[in-house]
Amino acid sequence: MAGATLSATTANGAATAQPATQLANSFVSKLVIIVPYAFLVIFFLVPFFIVFKISLSQTVIAMPPYTPAFNFGGGLSGIIDQLKQLNFDNYIFLTEDPLYINAYFTSVIVAGISTLLTLLVGYPIAYGMSRAPATLRPTLLMLVILPFWTSFLIRVYAWIGILKPEGLLNQLLLSTGIISEPLIILNTYTAIFIGIVYSYLPFMILPLYSALEKMDYSLVEAAQDLGCPPITAFWKITFPMSLPGVLAGCLLVFIPAVGEFVIPDLLGGSQTLMIGRTLWNEFNNNRDWPVSSAVAVLLLLVLIVPIVIFQHAQARAQEQGR
Amino acid sequence: MNTTWSRFNITSITMGFAFLYLPIVLLVVFSFNESKLVTVWGGFSTKWYVSLFQNQALMDAAWVTIRVGLISATVATVLGTLAALALTRYTRFRGRVLFSGMVFAPLVMPEVITGLSLLLLFVAVGLDRGFFTLTLAHISFTMCFVAVVVQSRLVTFDRSLEEAAMDLGASPVATFFQVTLPVILPAIVSGWMLAFTLSLDDLVTSSFTSGPGATTLPMKIYSQVRLGVTPEINAACTILIAIVATGVIIASVVNKRREVQRLRDEQAALRG
Repeated sequence: MAGATLSATTANGAATAQPATQLANSFVSKLVIIVPYAFLVIFFLVPFFIVFKISLSQTVIAMPPYTPAFNFGGGLSGIIDQLKQLNFDNYIFLTEDPLYINAYFTSVIVAGISTLLTLLVGYPIAYGMSRAPATLRPTLLMLVILPFWTSFLIRVYAWIGILKPEGLLNQLLLSTGIISEPLIILNTYTAIFIGIVYSYLPFMILPLYSALEKMDYSLVEAAQDLGCPPITAFWKITFPMSLPGVLAGCLLVFIPAVGEFVIPDLLGGSQTLMIGRTLWNEFNNNRDWPVSSAVAVLLLLVLIVPIVIFQHAQARAQEQGR
Repeated sequence: MNTTWSRFNITSITMGFAFLYLPIVLLVVFSFNESKLVTVWGGFSTKWYVSLFQNQALMDAAWVTIRVGLISATVATVLGTLAALALTRYTRFRGRVLFSGMVFAPLVMPEVITGLSLLLLFVAVGLDRGFFTLTLAHISFTMCFVAVVVQSRLVTFDRSLEEAAMDLGASPVATFFQVTLPVILPAIVSGWMLAFTLSLDDLVTSSFTSGPGATTLPMKIYSQVRLGVTPEINAACTILIAIVATGVIIASVVNKRREVQRLRDEQAALRG
């Protein structure tokens, strides 16, 4: 506090040089916007245009492995010449090959089912946390966040040892006599569901919890006093009031899950087909940059609607917080 | 208000936390397994840790990962804090919608898209893939997380404090460093930590944007996992978990202490 007062006095002394400081201040405030803005344009927006442009190019065996390459030396006519070489061949190829169409559909369905499962697992936990004694809540919250800090890769890896045929789950179930044959879970879609639910659970719990914690529970008590059964009270009062949290949680799980790579690759095995892995293989194994760019553009198109909804929800939450 | 913590609630929380923690606990337990079979217990041993530290490739990868993490988290924190200030303080400027879109979209963007698009950018401008491109990529996806963390603190910030400082003649820059920064510092610190752990953790974006000589630990772990599960990887994972857990616990203790100190200061100020 003392430091702040001191600087206030010195700044007062310098107030005579106001025009200069004002100019400096407006420059500083512009800088606050321009620096992150420019960075994001260069490293987020421009790359998308490059992906789009390359998705319209042809594959060649060269470095970079696409044609026409970026070359602005030919002036305007050179650029127009390059634009004329672009076409939608890669997209036509993608829509004609059932492999890609299947991969898109499967990814959306797998992500959708996983999102529902995550909601089903996460809701009771978030609800229980929001009803916990107030002194316990920060600890519970930290316990939910803590696994999120440990590596994603490690958490997915941990499940391989549990799910594989001679893994811990099968050992447990066999020794207790619940099953007589090891369950085949690893390298199936079931393993992908488990992996996504497990990895993304904190993303679901946190928005749900913050919605439920803000809720005025006396509404539920009033309903119950008036004779409403607890389950009806839940569906008529608690659940509708938690809907913003449900929406945010579902989007936070669904959008990244559609393009997920690590989970399908490590838990799903070669039999499962998801678009994130298809893109990865197309790029790293087939070295087909134009086709993998086209895969990325279509994936983005699939996700654009949920992403826009997510941003609107974020912006609204921000307005309310003001 | 009556907060009955029913049996249902306690059960769902207990089961939820068991689900969240059991796999990690098992991973740690089996890193101390004597047997090479990861899932069959053969007695206590720390030999996998010894062989881990003798694995030069793994150690090199760890060093690259830490350097990338420190540099990228620091730069991302500066950029992310600026972005958060721009979002909360300047409600009207040209292209604000696009700006907030570029801040929020990377949070949910599938990593394969981010990785591919950054790689194509680096190739298009002729940057050789390696440590530098890896760090740039990490800055660009972690800064948005920092921006969101800092922004959520700035939204609840009492702006009358700043107005008071400016009324007393402090310049906006001085006000920021002497009034705003101390208040939002905990958020900036947790933003830095989040950026650092995200960077330590990243596999997909790194695989796209890094080149020879800049292999990170997750890339190394991933390539070994594909060949099969070994206790050595369990040991490597346990060390990573230990580092992160220690960091988070220290940060929360420091934060709590600061909070207590702040409350005490406020009470003292009120008393006179």
